[in-house]
Amino acid sequence: MALPPLTAAAIELRADAADWRAAVGIAGSVLERIGAATGSYGAEMVRMIEEHGPYVVIAPGLALAHARPGPEVRADGLAIVTLATPVTFGHPHNDPVSVVLGLAIATADEHLAAVAGLANVFNDSSAITDLAAATTADEVLRIMAAA
Amino acid sequence: MKIVTICGAGIGSSGILKVNAERVLRRLDIEADVVAADIGSLAQVAGDAQVILTSAEFVDAIGTTFADVIIVENYFDTDELTTKLEAALGE
Repeated sequence: MALPPLTAAAIELRADAADWRAAVGIAGSVLERIGAATGSYGAEMVRMIEEHGPYVVIAPGLALAHARPGPEVRADGLAIVTLATPVTFGHPHNDPVSVVLGLAIATADEHLAAVAGLANVFNDSSAITDLAAATTADEVLRIMAAA
Repeated sequence: MKIVTICGAGIGSSGILKVNAERVLRRLDIEADVVAADIGSLAQVAGDAQVILTSAEFVDAIGTTFADVIIVENYFDTDELTTKLEAALGE
């Protein structure tokens, strides 16, 4: 199942985050705002990174924060957060991060169609820098249209 | 041939690796079954895998394996995936 259509409510631009935990927490708040997750999902995403390391920084400048399907997930959803000041996650190659995606997936079986859309967008290497530079939600929606 | 992509949750990043690995393999005309999994279920899914695609963070947890472990830096860079898969598969 593909992700539900992206809306302006799922986008937070030029957010202030002191560190990666705060940045991931903002992505969690956005997922809560759009009804995709409960208020504790952000902490769950942080916990995944504390447990496994900064592997979620899957491309230069981009973190794909996510936790497992579970009781904190209400519906499939994607949050897009750009940071006023990039933060470091401790990744050996892809720091600093200026775009944090928060992904909530209700059932593991259905996540591939959702992330295939993300691959469509971000396999274009300019998408991350374009998102980081976006100043309006409309720009973000245009960049993400390929998903 | 079986290829396993590994991340912490078994969704998200391993899914992106699966999708992009399949795109690259199609371009290389290589037939393979690509499975996304979390590090906790590695033992069940990777026993018969020839290649494991993952991030540097999981190499220690993967431990000893007969599979080629490929560390991917940029999950969206299909050129990087192409080069590394070609090298591992001896094309």
